[in-house]
Amino acid sequence: MSKRLFVGVFENEQDTLAAVRASRQRGFKIVDVYAPYAVHGLEEAMGLAPSRLPWIVFALGLLGAGLKVWFEFWTTAIDWPVNVGGKPFNSLPAFIPVTFEVMVLFAAVGAVLSFFFVCRLFPGKRTLLPVIGVTDDRFALVLEETDSRFEPTEVQKMFETLHAIHVEEQITAEPE
Amino acid sequence: MADAVLTLRPPLIDGDKSIAQVTHDVCAPMEARPSGLWWLALAASSSLLLLGALAIGYQIAVGVGTWGLNRTIGWAFDITNFVFWIGIGHAGTLISAVLFLFRQRWRTSVNRAAEAMTIFAVMCAGIFPIIHTGRPWFAYWLFPYPNTRGSLWVNFRSPLVWDCFAISTYFTVSAMFWFIGLLPDLATIRDRATAKWRRRLAGILSLGWNGSYRGWQRYEVVYLLLAGLGTPLVISVHTIVSWDFATSVLPGWHATLFPPYFVAGAIFSGMSMVLTLMIIARKLMRLEDYITLRHIDRMAKLVILTSCIVGLSYATEFFIALYSGSSYEQFVFLNRAMGPMFWAYWTMVSCNLLIPQLLWFRRIRAYVPAVFVISIFVNIGMWFERFVIIVTSLSRDFLPSNWFHYAPTRIEIATLMGSFGLFFTLFLLFCRFVPVIAVAEVKGVLKYGISHEEGDS
Repeated sequence: MSKRLFVGVFENEQDTLAAVRASRQRGFKIVDVYAPYAVHGLEEAMGLAPSRLPWIVFALGLLGAGLKVWFEFWTTAIDWPVNVGGKPFNSLPAFIPVTFEVMVLFAAVGAVLSFFFVCRLFPGKRTLLPVIGVTDDRFALVLEETDSRFEPTEVQKMFETLHAIHVEEQITAEPE
Repeated sequence: MADAVLTLRPPLIDGDKSIAQVTHDVCAPMEARPSGLWWLALAASSSLLLLGALAIGYQIAVGVGTWGLNRTIGWAFDITNFVFWIGIGHAGTLISAVLFLFRQRWRTSVNRAAEAMTIFAVMCAGIFPIIHTGRPWFAYWLFPYPNTRGSLWVNFRSPLVWDCFAISTYFTVSAMFWFIGLLPDLATIRDRATAKWRRRLAGILSLGWNGSYRGWQRYEVVYLLLAGLGTPLVISVHTIVSWDFATSVLPGWHATLFPPYFVAGAIFSGMSMVLTLMIIARKLMRLEDYITLRHIDRMAKLVILTSCIVGLSYATEFFIALYSGSSYEQFVFLNRAMGPMFWAYWTMVSCNLLIPQLLWFRRIRAYVPAVFVISIFVNIGMWFERFVIIVTSLSRDFLPSNWFHYAPTRIEIATLMGSFGLFFTLFLLFCRFVPVIAVAEVKGVLKYGISHEEGDS
């Protein structure tokens, strides 16, 4: 199924934010917004749900800490207990530093890998830019035609009144 | 409207740049040919690196007898250099993670280079414990892995094992943090590259980043999470480094003060190294509009703050020695200040405590050469701090019959110089091939202090 997309290109973040708000008000479907930097306030303007990454990271941190405490206990008290300076085999307080480090390691590596996974970022991925320059100084708002009530001329007019420097229509053959 | 203008803070970036100008200013030097000065600096630093590599090769081939260590002083130069370099690394994490959590948006101009400094400093630090093992080809024994000796596991009660975990976690997390921050900039390089190899290389490394806001939203979350993890991590790393000493019973090492004292000292030394590097980089690469005098001013204030914490720690150590009533403790501190190595102690006090006090004066903070010279003094002073703590405490312990002195050999000095060579070689290569300023982050703060509409949070 092909998609009909309308791309409005803007020069600064205020215009982009205004266009996003106007599009949502009129009920247009926002495919995505492309920006050279993380524009603050865009999350609310686009109505994106908050990311669930913190929960994944929290769970991974707990997992790392739990595994490490178990491993330290198993190696030091069960598998081969060695008497070091008369300390108890199960020296839990002495296990805390390494447990903490492993927790941070699991959480941080997990955060980065799940970020790559959720965003589908991997080496060798073919980059799809809506227009040239979104990684330099252009902001792009991409709208999709969803039904027959969608009026291309209205979109064009809306973009122009909101200082779009360029508006283009794109037909994608493959759904993304 | 007039008072609205008055309440604006000064802008973070000078020169009223447009977004495209930022991209150009940072990326263009990388695309041009390197200057003669850069080649000269690279030749000097890589010669030092070569010297260090030869020294390391020699001491591994001949053995640990090439060091000036003896039965009394079994730890001296290696551990001093290790703590010195790890400490330097900590300022990078402070700037990238702690200041991010405190919403200090001026950090955007310096965080990329400071994080690179962290990674390089940790690499330099890592060399020393590895060669200090005496048989570096068995360095992997530091990790618990199933082996044919039992399995015989590492001793998880040992601070040296904690250190091994702390440093490797710290290196991994810092490198990932740096790469995540670099991702949008790599995409920028990819999209403006004219050279085919640059486009391909940046294309692979940027993982297909296209500036989609759904990506940006998660990016911000991951960045915040890494900052939140990095902050306790950096404190834990130097705390654990200090435990290498504090968990022993030696007078002068066995102190509960050590963790905060070492963490403050680490940030102190690292911040002055950031100043040293940034002052050179802003001049050489003409980044005065990005790394402004206001940035230098703020970093200089952090140097005074940490200098005072370090000074307070010096005083506390003396007070506790007196207050404890332990004659061994009292002797160690008198010996530090008035013993045979008094010159090292007083170098440390003057470089770390007295000279940085000049930074209280606004005119000195605004005069870049003065700040540069002070930052060099702090680097020297912080190296001596570790040397004093380690060598003076070890050389005169409980029994006078144990007492001995220590002097580094030429091989040890060559190894230290080699670590500087490695650090500066990597930093020069970084300046050449990676955007020194976090382009995407600076774009977000361009309007800071210029309009109230955004950025001024």
